[in-house]
Amino acid sequence: MKISAIITLKKDVLDPQGKVIQQALDGMGYKNVDEVRQGKYFEIEVKENDPKKAKEIVEDMCKKLLTNLVIENFKIIETQ
Amino acid sequence: MKSAVITFPGSNCDRDMDIALKKFGFKNEMVWHDDNELPKSDLIVLPGGFSYGDYLRCGSMASKSKIMNSVIEFANSGGLVMGICNGFQILVETGLLPGVLLRNKYLEFICKNIFVKVENNNNPYFKNLNKNILELHIAHNEGNYFCTAEQLKEIEDNNQIAIYYSDKDGKTDEEFNPNGSMKNIAGIFNKNKNVLGMMPHPERMIDESLSGEDGSLFFKNLINNIK
Repeated sequence: MKISAIITLKKDVLDPQGKVIQQALDGMGYKNVDEVRQGKYFEIEVKENDPKKAKEIVEDMCKKLLTNLVIENFKIIETQ
Repeated sequence: MKSAVITFPGSNCDRDMDIALKKFGFKNEMVWHDDNELPKSDLIVLPGGFSYGDYLRCGSMASKSKIMNSVIEFANSGGLVMGICNGFQILVETGLLPGVLLRNKYLEFICKNIFVKVENNNNPYFKNLNKNILELHIAHNEGNYFCTAEQLKEIEDNNQIAIYYSDKDGKTDEEFNPNGSMKNIAGIFNKNKNVLGMMPHPERMIDESLSGEDGSLFFKNLINNIK
């Protein structure tokens, strides 16, 4: 089944890319943007039909490789 | 004195490091990332480059290479492990060094000579070095050192900061910080000071006619310290 993981930067970590994107949006006329934070999104096909187990596998992947827990948080979503 | 340089797919300073180590007397061996065992060595070097194309996060994929299990074991048993540039990024991803290297503050790849101030001489790398401000070269996109407030307190309390970005007189003001790195940190040690990670490339400063000689001082001193 397909499990998704969303990786976001922690609050106190600077995100210069997000900031530049926000400035570009501002230049395009979007004056109502307070902040943009850039993250990562993964879709992982796991050979496992039990959603609980599949999520556990992806959670383990997030902790060991996909996320650097010093600067990032992750959230796991069942996609299918 | 024996050393080994690990080559990952995408490493590009591995041969420069090989030349530098040999020039100053190391018997160096190149080791492929997919090998399991390290040759008997006094020093292991993780070189600069773009291992695995910097996919996911710089150094993250290389930190899971087969050979890294042996490198981690070697480091944990007190062996000297030095990571330069991408090697530093790999070391933080393995957890051998605290913190992380973020994208440079102004989103630019920086390639230039800089000065660093050697903060801590009480370790095998900088002990007996008769100069505490070195001119070295940096070339990176992700050298912006960051760690949590607790980690920073810990590395400061344990004197784990190895070098700071500075000017030629050793001033470590913000204006001499090329990449936004926390506290101008250019290199750090692990708690036991046997693992060193730094962004500057000493191997690029070993020839007076090409660059400068401060890298030579570093390597000459290093081999004498290990002997």
